Amino acid sequence: MTTPLGKDLLALEPLTPEQIRLILDTAEPFKEISERAIKKVPALRGSTIVNLFFEASTRTRVSFEFAEKRLSADTVNVAASGSSVSKGETLVDTARNLEAMRIDMVVIRHSASGAAQFLAERIESNVINAGDGTHEHPTQGLLDLLTLRDRFGSLEGRRVCICGDVLHSRVARSNIWGLKKLGAVVGVCGPRSLLPNAIADLGVEVFDRIEAAIEWAEALNVLRLQLERMQAGYIPSLREYNRVFGVTRERLERAPRDLLILHPGPMNRGVEIDSDVADGPHSVILDQVTNGVAVRMAVLYLLAGGAPELADAAKGGSDR
Amino acid sequence: MSARESAGARDQRADGNRESERRDQGTGNRGSGVRHVVLRGGRVLDPSQNLDAVGDLVVADDKVAAFETAAGASYGDDYELIDCSGLVVAPGFIDVHCHLREPGREDVETIATGARAAAVGGFTAVCAMPNTQPVTDNQAAVGFVLRQGQAANAARVHPIGAISLGQEGKSLAEFGEMVGAGAVAVSDDGRPVASAHLMRTALEYARTFGIPVADHCEEPTLAAGGAMNEGIVSARLGLKGIPAEAEEIMVIRDILLARRTGGHVHLCHMSTKGSIELIRWGKERGIRVTAEACPHHLSLTEDAVDGYNTNAKMNPPLRTAEDVAAVRDGVRDGTIDLVATDHAPHHYDEKEREFADAPNGIVGLETALAVVNTWLVKAGIIDLATLIDRMSVSPAATFNLPGGSLRRGSVADVTVFDATREWTVDPAKFVSKGRNSPYAGYTLLGRVMCTIVGGRIVHRATG
Repeated sequence: MTTPLGKDLLALEPLTPEQIRLILDTAEPFKEISERAIKKVPALRGSTIVNLFFEASTRTRVSFEFAEKRLSADTVNVAASGSSVSKGETLVDTARNLEAMRIDMVVIRHSASGAAQFLAERIESNVINAGDGTHEHPTQGLLDLLTLRDRFGSLEGRRVCICGDVLHSRVARSNIWGLKKLGAVVGVCGPRSLLPNAIADLGVEVFDRIEAAIEWAEALNVLRLQLERMQAGYIPSLREYNRVFGVTRERLERAPRDLLILHPGPMNRGVEIDSDVADGPHSVILDQVTNGVAVRMAVLYLLAGGAPELADAAKGGSDR
Repeated sequence: MSARESAGARDQRADGNRESERRDQGTGNRGSGVRHVVLRGGRVLDPSQNLDAVGDLVVADDKVAAFETAAGASYGDDYELIDCSGLVVAPGFIDVHCHLREPGREDVETIATGARAAAVGGFTAVCAMPNTQPVTDNQAAVGFVLRQGQAANAARVHPIGAISLGQEGKSLAEFGEMVGAGAVAVSDDGRPVASAHLMRTALEYARTFGIPVADHCEEPTLAAGGAMNEGIVSARLGLKGIPAEAEEIMVIRDILLARRTGGHVHLCHMSTKGSIELIRWGKERGIRVTAEACPHHLSLTEDAVDGYNTNAKMNPPLRTAEDVAAVRDGVRDGTIDLVATDHAPHHYDEKEREFADAPNGIVGLETALAVVNTWLVKAGIIDLATLIDRMSVSPAATFNLPGGSLRRGSVADVTVFDATREWTVDPAKFVSKGRNSPYAGYTLLGRVMCTIVGGRIVHRATG
């Protein structure tokens, strides 16, 4: 079935601004469902969805699972450990076996860049990328966009800075593409050893100092710093990282304006972000989590062939 | 071949075809009564003697006997006439860099299938890299490769021995005995020689035996974990990049060590603009450095990786358009001495997986001529004589191998090709066991029609 998004959602880079706006607009009516006492609509009743998680994930998997269940889909969670994957089965065999059970969609999280596309090219089910290696995490990008749009109204001309380990971040890539497509001006800030060498070619402003980024930006999306990066020699210490690049209240207080603070989680409090910022009045980190469910409902709904204009009506349906 | 052959020649060819079907059993003699071959009326292009003329190339036994320019010359009954009008007759191509996988990975290639694929690609000789399992790092292993190559009855197979025992980069393999057993060079290809001291010693020790040290230039700490060229595409795809400097640092190290030792360093699969500039620098100073480039680095850029195409994954990786232009220019002006395939078959299942986990390498023997002809000759960067120099004359000279010339008395290793014939690459039709080609579906220009090794026809195109 051809949907306005095509068969799969693999990345934001290939999407048009119209497709991104369609997902965000479709998410709006779905937000309200999660506020109800009975958080369920029948839009995906009868659909089977496999959440295929080759990497540990709590937040994203739970968010997808809630989105699926609130749309009445039947879901199965497959974790890499304890499955045939750990017995050496290849990704393509795993996928084909799942498909042979006549499933409708696969949500995949994998440590290899391109794994979602690889799967999508080999099975007929819809594939949703829930994070592939250091490539993209499109639903995270979408929920960040939705959260920013909620506050800004429009992203056109808004200055958003992505802070931290851009080199290894799939969240950063999805944000860069999504923000640019919606007209925002994108900055990145972090130690040069954690920025792609060709970062400027992606069409973003590069800030070496977090102070300069804070002075420039209207919103900061603070990336998680993986402990492994220090072990691999990209930075000397977490302590210095916090002192040089940490988003702290002191730094934000010197900004010429209030900044929205986003973080894709899980946070390393006291490393890339201080607790009084994460929990402060301008943090929208929990709004991101809430929006994550709505955005994923929108993506599932659209890929299942749901009509965008009926999304509002779909949420009105009761679970008979 | 042409439809204008005499009925007799056709009969003999049919005979030859039946022979070729029996090649597996180790028979290789031509049909009864036919001992010699006349390649008739082709454009004989031999840069080793600045020859470019139409005529008959006469092969008697295993040698080039004569070049006859008189039209309609007649030959005895014991000559098989092959009509080569409209075709190019060249000294046989020589690939100094391929991976035939035997011993160890006979499921992806054997010396026999590799040697036959080479013949299909117009190669009359190939050099087999030693990164087999076990590593070809001693005289017995070298002898095995040589014998399997002889039994294949296709392209000649010249073994290359390892630089270090087990290619572990620690202690030198026994170059002297390996050369005695038939090794034509040493290389740890597939792995970099990380230790500058080992490289220095290898250059000095190899000089004793008059063989080149072929180095896979890769600074291992810079390249570690890399899956493609470092640049805008790797940034977009979220793949770990291999910077150009990982190659260039080792290129200049090797050139400086060649200057220090007087040894002959041969730089494998050069892929970056910086490498070309450094080699040019070394050659201007008279340092004994030679270098090769692969067809894929002359034709494709990192953009081919987009979509996580594992058949565009090799090491060194496909680089930028600027790099490709520089490497092409190196082939044109001779900074790059020769073209080599780095033919690297892999099993379908090994490539059918996540990009970062897929092995490096592509097959190249059966597409090399067409790729170079399409991207360099057709594009006007080099002429056919230069192509033949880089694929035949120069490899023979660089590795001190037989072949590379059609002078009278030379070994009769000959490649006949149609420089104007278009064909579409279908890996399923490869003679190699490998199917991992980035050119699948490409329509290329230039088709090998006949390959002769030591006077024996080892390949003739059908259709």
